[in-house]
Amino acid sequence: MLSRFANPARFMRVSGAALPWFGAAAAAVLAVGLVWSLAIAPPDYQQGESVRIMFIHVPAAWMSLSVYLLVAMASAVALVWRHPLAEVAAQAAAPIGAAFTLICLATGSLWGRPMWGTWWVWDARLTSVLVLFFLYLGYIALVNAFDDRDRGARAGSLLALVGVVNLPIIKFSVDWWNTLHQPASVVKLGGPTIATSMLLPLLVMAVGFMLLFGWLLLLRMRTILNERKAEALRLYGQPANRRERAEALTGDAVARS
Amino acid sequence: MAAFLGLFRRDLRLALRQGGEVGLVLGFFTLAVLLFPFGVGPEPELLDRIAGGIIWVAALLAAVLSLDRLFAADHADGGLDLIALSPLPLELSALAKIMAHWVTTGLPLTVISPLLALFVNLDPEGIPVLTLGLLLGTPALSLLGGIAAALTLGARRPGVLVSLVVLPLYLPPLIFGSGAVEASLTGDGAYAHLLLLGAVTLAALPLAPLATAAALRQALD
Amino acid sequence: MSAFADWLAMGGYAGFVWPAYGLAAAVLGGLSLYYWSRHRRSAADLDRLQGSAGRR
Repeated sequence: MLSRFANPARFMRVSGAALPWFGAAAAAVLAVGLVWSLAIAPPDYQQGESVRIMFIHVPAAWMSLSVYLLVAMASAVALVWRHPLAEVAAQAAAPIGAAFTLICLATGSLWGRPMWGTWWVWDARLTSVLVLFFLYLGYIALVNAFDDRDRGARAGSLLALVGVVNLPIIKFSVDWWNTLHQPASVVKLGGPTIATSMLLPLLVMAVGFMLLFGWLLLLRMRTILNERKAEALRLYGQPANRRERAEALTGDAVARS
Repeated sequence: MAAFLGLFRRDLRLALRQGGEVGLVLGFFTLAVLLFPFGVGPEPELLDRIAGGIIWVAALLAAVLSLDRLFAADHADGGLDLIALSPLPLELSALAKIMAHWVTTGLPLTVISPLLALFVNLDPEGIPVLTLGLLLGTPALSLLGGIAAALTLGARRPGVLVSLVVLPLYLPPLIFGSGAVEASLTGDGAYAHLLLLGAVTLAALPLAPLATAAALRQALD
Repeated sequence: MSAFADWLAMGGYAGFVWPAYGLAAAVLGGLSLYYWSRHRRSAADLDRLQGSAGRR
C-alpha cells in the first residue's frame, strides 16, 4: 500500500481530493465535541466544572504520543525502505505533535492548579509528557540543524528511532521516580474511573483531534512537496530552457557539444 | 582485537597528551558541585538530602560538556574517514572511542566523587553507593552520549543541539543513580536502583555503538 | 440569562477552564491558519513557475 503512494504526483492527487473531507469532518466532529464537553457533560462530583479541562487535556496527551509513534514509524520506513514520502511525513507531523504536547502540558497545568494549588505538578504522566516535548524539540532542531537537507532528514530519522526505543524506558524510570518521591496524598491527574457520560465526549474530542491532525498533516506535506518542486524549478528550470541556462553558466563550448 | 585496542590506546593517548581534557571535565564537575551550597545554603541536613542529586546532575553536565571531543576532531581532519575505511567494523571503532572517552571522563569523575561528597555533606553511608552508582552509570553516559555526538556531527551550533538531544537519554541513569543514593540513606536499600542502573549500561553496551555507527555513516556520506 | 452567566462562570473555575479551551483553540487554530496560508502560497508559486515555463 505504501508503495502506491511513493509517487509524489499520485500522493498530491489523492491528498488533494481527501483534504476537504478531512477538514470538513474535523470541523464537524470538533463542533459536536466542544458542545458536548462544555455544555452537555455533567460536572464531576469532586472536581466540579474544572473537569471539563480533561476533555482537551487527555485527547491532547493521546495525540502527542500517537504522533510521536507515527514520526518514529515514518522514520523507520524512510531509513529501511527509503520511501521518498516517509521523511516528508515525519517532518510534517513533528511540529503538529509538538503543538498537541504543548496543549497537553498547559491544560494539565491549568487543571492541576485549582486541585493542588501549584501551577506545575510533577505528576508521572505530566513529567513523561514534558520529556516527550523535549523529544519533539530535539527532533525538529536536529532536522533543521544541517545545511544539507538530506543529512538533516536522515539524522532526524535515526534520532526518532532512538527516541522511540528510549520512550518506554523513560516512562518506566519516570514512574519509578514518581513513586519514590510520592508525598502522602496521591497526586494523580486522572481522578477516579471515568463514567460513560464523560468517556463519550472524551472520545469525540479524540476523534476530532485525529481528524484535525490528518488535515494538518496532508496540508503540511503538500506544502513541503510544492515548495521543493518550486525550488527545483527555480534552480534547474524546465527542460526547455536548461540549455540556455547551461550556456550562460558554463560558456558556449560545453553547451554546444 | 589488535585494531580495537590500537584505536582505544590512540584515543586515550590523544586525550591524555593534552592533559587539559581530563582536567576540564574534573574542574567543571568540581565547580558545579561546589556552587550548590552557595545556591541552596550550607545547612547540613538539606545538603545531605540533595547531595546524591547534586553530584549526579553535575556528573551529567560534565559528561555533556565533554561529548564534543568524541568525534568532532576526527571528523574535521578526516581521521574519521580513515577509521571508517579500516577493516575494524565501525560499531567496534565507535565502541573503542567511547571506552577511551569513559576512561578520561566517567572514571575520573567516579574517583573524585567521594571527595566531593564531603563538600555536600553526604552521609558517609551513602558514599559507597554513590561511587558504585557512578561506576555503573558513567559508562552509560559515554555510550548514550556517543549517539548524540555522532548525530550532531557537522551541524550548525552543535553544542546546544547535543544537550537537547542527549537530555532524554540521560534521564534514566540520573533517576536510578541519584535514587540509589537516596535509598541508601533512608535505609530502603539501593540494590534495586543499582540493578536498574547496571541494566541501562548493559543494554546500551551493544545498542549504542549500533546507533552511533549508523549516525557516523550518515555524517561521512 | 442567569443560566448562561452560570455556564460562563464554570462553577468558579472559569479562570482555568476558559484559558485552557482558549489556548487549545489558539494553538490549533493558529497552526491551521498558518498551514492553510502556506499551502495556498506554495500552490500559487508553483502554478506561476510551471505556467511561465510551460508557455515557452
